Amino acid sequence: MNKSEVTSRREFLRIVVAGAAVFGASGKLESAEAAESAKSRVVVARDPKLRGATDAVDSQRMLKLLDQSMQSLFDVDHPSGPWKKLVRPGDKVGLKVNALGGRALSSNLQLVEAVCERLQQAGIKAQDIVIWDRDTEELERAGFHISMGGSRVQCFGTDQAGYEDDLVTYGSVGSRLSKILTRNCNVLINVPVLKDHDGAGVSMALKNMYGVIHNPNKYHPNGCNPYIADVNMLPEIQTKMRLSICDATTATYEGGPGYKPQYSWKNNGLVVSCDPVALDYVGWQVIERKRAEKGLKTLQADKRAPLYIATAADAQHRLGTNDPKKISLIEI
Amino acid sequence: MRAGFPKCRVLLAEMLLLLALGCNRQPANIAAAFPASDEVAGWSRTSGIRTYEAADLWKYIDGEAEKYLSAGVQRASTADYKFQNNLEAVVDIYAMSKADGATKLFDSEPAADAKSVDLGDAARLFRQSLLFRKGSQLVRIVAYQDSPGAPEALLALGRGVAQRLPK
Repeated sequence: MNKSEVTSRREFLRIVVAGAAVFGASGKLESAEAAESAKSRVVVARDPKLRGATDAVDSQRMLKLLDQSMQSLFDVDHPSGPWKKLVRPGDKVGLKVNALGGRALSSNLQLVEAVCERLQQAGIKAQDIVIWDRDTEELERAGFHISMGGSRVQCFGTDQAGYEDDLVTYGSVGSRLSKILTRNCNVLINVPVLKDHDGAGVSMALKNMYGVIHNPNKYHPNGCNPYIADVNMLPEIQTKMRLSICDATTATYEGGPGYKPQYSWKNNGLVVSCDPVALDYVGWQVIERKRAEKGLKTLQADKRAPLYIATAADAQHRLGTNDPKKISLIEI
Repeated sequence: MRAGFPKCRVLLAEMLLLLALGCNRQPANIAAAFPASDEVAGWSRTSGIRTYEAADLWKYIDGEAEKYLSAGVQRASTADYKFQNNLEAVVDIYAMSKADGATKLFDSEPAADAKSVDLGDAARLFRQSLLFRKGSQLVRIVAYQDSPGAPEALLALGRGVAQRLPK
């Protein structure tokens, strides 16, 4: 797919807003519909029976949950519909997972398998899909099967591919990017995990991009603000990321980003959006509700509100919206 | 009178050595605190011991490293364990520069529904994890599965680790 065929989030929004202006002239109903469609859609999907008798997530139910989420997000009837809008045969698709939390709190394997299945049905060759994060051993410890070369879905860490030599910069950030992002994929699907984060407040779509750069340890002061927003402004990230599928099967509301079972819960869900800022805003509310249920202070009262979300939405960044009035929340 | 001088010098040297050790304490060899397979009944160690120096701790625990650094962590070691082929766990030992650091970290975590147990200087036992401190060490043991026997098994492993930690 060449660049002109790619519809970025911003281009999509511009088209929708322009369309809304045209339709607005023909009546209030169309205007209301256009205003609604100009909103960032975020799907929060849950399946209480996602797990069987054991702790493991049921693959078939996960596939169904993913299909429901994606169909709702793209407002289409068929499971393959959303994927055909996202990718074209010949695309090289990177699934940036989060494997830092070990087996219990990394991107769910069944979810990643389901995404790979749908991508292949949309015409993406298995070997053109790469599941990746920072470190191969971490991926392995999280349960991923490492695969490099051959005709299978690829899976390895940046430790194998390396980082680009040149620094890329935006605002407060100067980093070297993973060669997996720069050379192995032209489409990025973000597959983070719904987590509390000691520094940033929460960790979901935007924070997951710390796993793309060589020096994330430099960007943790001040609640990771404005660093998270600045990292996401790096052109290779901004132009390639088309979708975020946040794994909320197991989530944490305290003590993150590491896995602490006493502060985790089986949420059995997904949070899906093409707007990573809106996704993080909605996911933050999910975590706040759980904290309230457990009698914990809000993140604001705990002096670690995720300020980076507002920064990502501000006039300098415009990575998406954190305004609830501009978010269309779809719960299924 | 001169015959006593060498003894004084030895004593002085010993005092200086002790003072130096007190001022610049090196972290104990925490790798030795990880029980080998079957040293604790039913538990096998299923991985090598991975160690992260303070500057590299972010590679293991990401942003949480900041909290540990501010509490004076010197290094962390971790290893995987399995109990009777049905419970998997990971043991993390954080060596802090001072006992205060271990206390600060221990106290920073909500007790939630923890059970207080007699282990080390202070300990909390949860359904799927155990947290305790002993001297300048903080130990966290986390099980991946939630099974009825998990707390008891974790406590046994914790006791095995505590025994091997320096005082």
